[in-house]
Amino acid sequence: MAKVLVVTSGKGGVGKTTSSAALGAALAHGGDKVVVIDFDVGLRNLDLVMGAERRVVFDLINVVQGDAKLNQALIRDKRLENLSLLPASQTRDKDALTEEGVARVLNELREKFDWIICDSPAGIERGATMAMRHADVAVVVTNPEVSSVRDSDRIIGLLDSKTERAEKGERIEKHLLLTRYDPIRAERGEMLKVEDVLEILSIPLIGIIPESEEVLRASNVGSPVTLNNPSSAPGRAYFDASRRLKGETVELTIPTDKKSLLGKLFGRRAA
Amino acid sequence: MSLMNFFNRRTSAPVARERLQILLAHERGIVGGKPDLVAQLREEILAVVSRHISVQRDNVQVKMNRDSDISTLEIEVEIPAPAEARA
Repeated sequence: MAKVLVVTSGKGGVGKTTSSAALGAALAHGGDKVVVIDFDVGLRNLDLVMGAERRVVFDLINVVQGDAKLNQALIRDKRLENLSLLPASQTRDKDALTEEGVARVLNELREKFDWIICDSPAGIERGATMAMRHADVAVVVTNPEVSSVRDSDRIIGLLDSKTERAEKGERIEKHLLLTRYDPIRAERGEMLKVEDVLEILSIPLIGIIPESEEVLRASNVGSPVTLNNPSSAPGRAYFDASRRLKGETVELTIPTDKKSLLGKLFGRRAA
Repeated sequence: MSLMNFFNRRTSAPVARERLQILLAHERGIVGGKPDLVAQLREEILAVVSRHISVQRDNVQVKMNRDSDISTLEIEVEIPAPAEARA
């Protein structure tokens, strides 16, 4: 059965789009049919991060308003045939996202895909609430930094109260994805540790993405890090996270780019 | 950085952790519910209980705790000794 997954955070710049692209590509690489939707109307970037910026013709708003068919707006990835992108509009206003329209598009996508990944914009306004509204699963992207943790806490509160599932009294699966983590700085007491963030936010951990230059390298060339360099530290960390999303038990380690003892030293089990 | 500085340096992550814990304990009362939900609950509970038993305002405690799986609302009403209640 299709799953609607929202990648959210509250705070901007923590890695929602990077994570949406990387997880989407990792799940598609495993054989699942995946679509990644950009909900950041007016400030779209998922197309750029995925290297499809020159192939955008129609967008989510066109489909929501009935001006284009879903198949006309979906962009199939050139590297993975079972990975698609539904871009956001760059010119329209986010108020054009109606709840009924978004629900209709998601229902149509549920027929065709195994995973529908909604890349949420920052903030808690319409784009963000629409991205989480119909979700079955949420990945809360958090940096080990005070403002990001606070905003994630706020988003967790909204997931528990403003989503369709929450309103029906059903449970919404929530997972923490800790990004830009530096195990050396955390060990020195210069950065919040995984345990600190987990204790504060009290949701299960789906993965730890180490700070790495590979992430910028991948976005520079318009390729999800899981495709651009699958064996890099963030690449492996995202692949592990995608397997946990599918319900597999994968030992939690923090991969490193340099082959060292650190991976072993800082290895941890998933919560 | 000199070696002395390295050893004398106070680590900042525990400060971050403590600040967040205090802040979020406060903010969680607001998010996902009405502002001052706990204060409002306390007033209404006090009013209902007072109709039947004479209780001191300070003897009604309302606490809300949020955890990963369940949230709890803890209400503690201290009732005076029966002799006083009848009086």
